[in-house]
Amino acid sequence: MTDHQPSPQYLPGTHPDLPPPVRTTGPIAWMRINLFSSPLNIVLTLASVWILWSLLPPAIEWIFIDAIWSAGDRKECWAQMDAPRDGACWAFIRGSFELFVYGWYPEPERWRVNLSFLLLVIAIFGVLKDNLPGKKYWLWFAVFFPFIAAWLLVGGFGLVPVGTQKIGGILLTIIVGVTGITFSLPLGILLALGRRSHLPVLRAVCVVFIEFIRGVPLITLLFVASTMLTYFLPPGSSFDLLMRVLIMVTIFAAAYIAEVVRGGLQGLSSGQYEAADALGLTYWKAHRLIILPQALKISIPGIVNTFIGLYKDSVLVLIIGMMDILGLGRARLNDPLWLGLAPELYLFIALFFFLCCFSMARYSLGLEKKLRTGHKQ
Amino acid sequence: MANEISDTPSAEATSVDSSDLIISIKEMHKWFDDFHVLKDINLDVRRGERIVICGPSGSGKSTLIRCINRLEQHQKGTIIVDGTELTQDLKNIEIIRSEVGMVFQQFNLFPHLTVLENVALAPIWVRKMPRAEAEENAMKYLERVKIPEQASKYPGQLSGGQQQRVAIARSLCMSPRIMLFDEPTSALDPEMIKEVLDVMIELAESGMTMLVVTHEMGFATAVAHRVIFMDGGEIIEENTPQEFFTNPEHDRTKLFLSQILHH
Repeated sequence: MTDHQPSPQYLPGTHPDLPPPVRTTGPIAWMRINLFSSPLNIVLTLASVWILWSLLPPAIEWIFIDAIWSAGDRKECWAQMDAPRDGACWAFIRGSFELFVYGWYPEPERWRVNLSFLLLVIAIFGVLKDNLPGKKYWLWFAVFFPFIAAWLLVGGFGLVPVGTQKIGGILLTIIVGVTGITFSLPLGILLALGRRSHLPVLRAVCVVFIEFIRGVPLITLLFVASTMLTYFLPPGSSFDLLMRVLIMVTIFAAAYIAEVVRGGLQGLSSGQYEAADALGLTYWKAHRLIILPQALKISIPGIVNTFIGLYKDSVLVLIIGMMDILGLGRARLNDPLWLGLAPELYLFIALFFFLCCFSMARYSLGLEKKLRTGHKQ
Repeated sequence: MANEISDTPSAEATSVDSSDLIISIKEMHKWFDDFHVLKDINLDVRRGERIVICGPSGSGKSTLIRCINRLEQHQKGTIIVDGTELTQDLKNIEIIRSEVGMVFQQFNLFPHLTVLENVALAPIWVRKMPRAEAEENAMKYLERVKIPEQASKYPGQLSGGQQQRVAIARSLCMSPRIMLFDEPTSALDPEMIKEVLDVMIELAESGMTMLVVTHEMGFATAVAHRVIFMDGGEIIEENTPQEFFTNPEHDRTKLFLSQILHH
């Protein structure tokens, strides 16, 4: 300890800002504090290192080093290895990739799927990127994108019609996820406002809707969509199954979003409402300019949490016979050519979902940081 | 402070022609559920008059001024503000609110907007003023409350006194005919009270009609035409500041004054 020298005396009001003691900063100090601070901590650190050391190298070997990337079937795959199943057979995923992405979408029309994916990327970019010139037009494009994509994918009006039963795989997963996310947010916000309304009838309708939808498992709603809904519709009218599923997924997510947003609305002090009222702002202007920007900011973690849950729950559509990426993959596992390659399949699907959900999570963190405008109120 | 005021406050509100009345409250009552907060309130305010309302906490003084812009709804009696009666009619309420500015104890600035955006917001969205003009106008009011250099900061980065001055500028930007102040200095550190009171005194000198709930007796003496003392939801006594402080009539008033003045 070197800091036992008498500290220099300063006249009152002249004490300068000094740097912190050296021992509390830098990597060595960090390790001392976080990894080796006590006997228990040292044991835990060493145990963790040992576990990582014994798990990681074999996994990396299996996934990357011994993996086979091109082969016609599993036998060919294994023939290239020192021992069968010694490494991953990624040839399986490569060989099935088009099926996994497009489902049974007719080959000559797949450019429409590609174009939709491209437009989706453009729409997301336009919404997420700040300070774009003509931001207004980017947002309008994002608003119309779901309808443009629906026309591109289903056809009609000059394009060859494609039945929605031909849609599957990642395409189906993304359709369910993106539709659910884009439509459940505005619907959820309206439900949350309705639940806090002073009009008793409106409030009752919103409460019943939210509580009923939240109180029923999503799978049940999907069964309702696939079977019961036809009883309620006029006889002879056909209502596309995919459309019914999209509606169910959207209202299911909206009920959760509504509660998350309501939590955000309650987090605001009543003074914000009073200040907006006192300035003469109408209900809608006050909400658009003052209340919702703050309430949604508070709600971001909950909203993104709901979105991530919704995105992953989209695999439940396989229960009513729709083939999303998981359904198609499992069907492919029964193909004699690729029998028994489940680990590769599930790793691939896990990676796909992880990439999507992790990007959402990271974006929401970034957004929170950006919106933290230095206010401590 | 007191010598800055040129026009002598006067309470001769006896023979006023009714067009001169900007606020007229008659036999007004208000309840919170079963609790009778305001009892038979009668209050006439002339254009340009400055009134300070004081009284112990829970006496209904904040509720009274919050009834004037309908942040609270009265259940009996009439309130007429600048010729418009406050009823359930939402259009009337919006008109009155855009004519009546209010400053709150807790400032209630919008934390997600910059100071300039806070001030320019209502003129843009309520008065439909073009953005450039509204911002130019907002800068003028920020200069008037002496913080133009903070325009691009967020409220959370300002001191309490600065925030309250922004709140005053935000209200003034709507060119209100009446300003309501609900304990504007009660949430401030002692060294910041003066900067806010200075702005309010300057506003008073410009002839604004003001209703101020405050315990700042120096301010009351300096600028008020009338001081109103409330207790238990009733107006107990009203008088000129000189008479009110030196020669209170009612025992309740005497007790209250002895409690706030001698410590």
